[in-house]
Amino acid sequence: MIALVDYGAGNLNSVKKALDYLGAEILVTDQPEILAAADRIVFPGVGHFSSLRALDRAGMGKALLQAASTGKPLLGICLGMQWLFEGSEECNDIAGAGIFPGKCRQFPSSVKSPHVGWNSVTAKEDSRLLRGIAQNSFVYYTHSFHAPLVAETTAATEYGLPFSGAVERGNIFGVQFHPEKSGDVGLSILKNFCEL
Amino acid sequence: MLTKRIIACLDMDGGRVVKGVRFKNLRDAGDPAECAAAHARSGADEIVLLDITATSGNRNTLLDAVRSTAHSLFVPFTVGGGIRQLDDAAAVFDAGADKIAINSAAVRDPTLIGTIAGKFGSQAVVVAIDARKTGNGFEVYVSGGRVPTGRDAVEWAREATACGAGEILLTSMDRDGTQSGFDCGLVRAVAEAVSIPVIASGGAGSARDFIKVFRGGRADAALAASIFHFGLENISELKSELSDAGIPVRWPC
Repeated sequence: MIALVDYGAGNLNSVKKALDYLGAEILVTDQPEILAAADRIVFPGVGHFSSLRALDRAGMGKALLQAASTGKPLLGICLGMQWLFEGSEECNDIAGAGIFPGKCRQFPSSVKSPHVGWNSVTAKEDSRLLRGIAQNSFVYYTHSFHAPLVAETTAATEYGLPFSGAVERGNIFGVQFHPEKSGDVGLSILKNFCEL
Repeated sequence: MLTKRIIACLDMDGGRVVKGVRFKNLRDAGDPAECAAAHARSGADEIVLLDITATSGNRNTLLDAVRSTAHSLFVPFTVGGGIRQLDDAAAVFDAGADKIAINSAAVRDPTLIGTIAGKFGSQAVVVAIDARKTGNGFEVYVSGGRVPTGRDAVEWAREATACGAGEILLTSMDRDGTQSGFDCGLVRAVAEAVSIPVIASGGAGSARDFIKVFRGGRADAALAASIFHFGLENISELKSELSDAGIPVRWPC
């Protein structure tokens, strides 16, 4: 069973719909004990970094980290991926999980913000999540803050500067783009996650 | 590289996709879910469904259409028409939309933009502006293009951005359905005035029109309805032409 984390912000429907389409068994939850029982976890974040405050109130932040430490696959999407880093300039008084180093920052003023639309990713060949994804495939982004390039970056995208489109370390994965809105490419990535 | 988006728009009346000229003379163009899926297959980067005759009486028709369209659509999906308050937006999101488009209700009460953005994020709020050329600028119209507001389109786009809009969907009423080209002057004036993406709409007739609005109009995305519905322009052929002209597009996709 895949636990889909609901922390009370935004719209989980699209992610749920895509996982349903792939035939996955999904449970939308705000309960820490469900995370402990799940085989894998998807954490789709949306909106402002400050909305992550709700995660800690419900004890979900701790439960996510605990579940991830047992080795089960965890996928953070969009704000969910940003949470895996140390924090974000968008809201300095909330700490991220710190699994990946560095802070999320705004785009340079040379480009329009938010970054909205289909952009290409250059994926590393050894990525487990992006297995089979052709170089320069297009994925759909919508975000105002970006995560830095780190040693664990598996896909880089360029928008005013290069940033992390996807990261992975062991059982922990993050994608800044929206695989649930990225057509066949996105569905392949979600399918890879379901089959890890 | 960030690509220019080609958006297929479905104008819906009573559960069917229709298309008119200058907002009048509606013709039937099919079932929304089937049209959306076909457009996505042929390379549309996004789908917009607009309930053009939205009244409170047919909300369920709209929500049913949103549900069936969203069911197996895996590109961004925007829904507009008759969204007057937060609850209307919430119902449309719940039915499967990724973004909502608001028009008249936002002009009446700009705080609605922030209210919906506060709950669902700015990325989910598209402010649709219908504008018509006047002597020295562009005037905003509401209620499906029937009611002039006396407001300047560029000023309104700026205000909507400040209120928390995530994108502007800008329709030239003078060009709507005419296939005589986008109003690049209107699009450029708004695109240069706001920091958020601007979707050009109204007048698409050929690949050349798209090239012009992306270059001269500085549009981030361009939307069309009639040319795609009646097969005058296949989206994949359009994208291949744009790509040949050096416009970055998601192609092949």
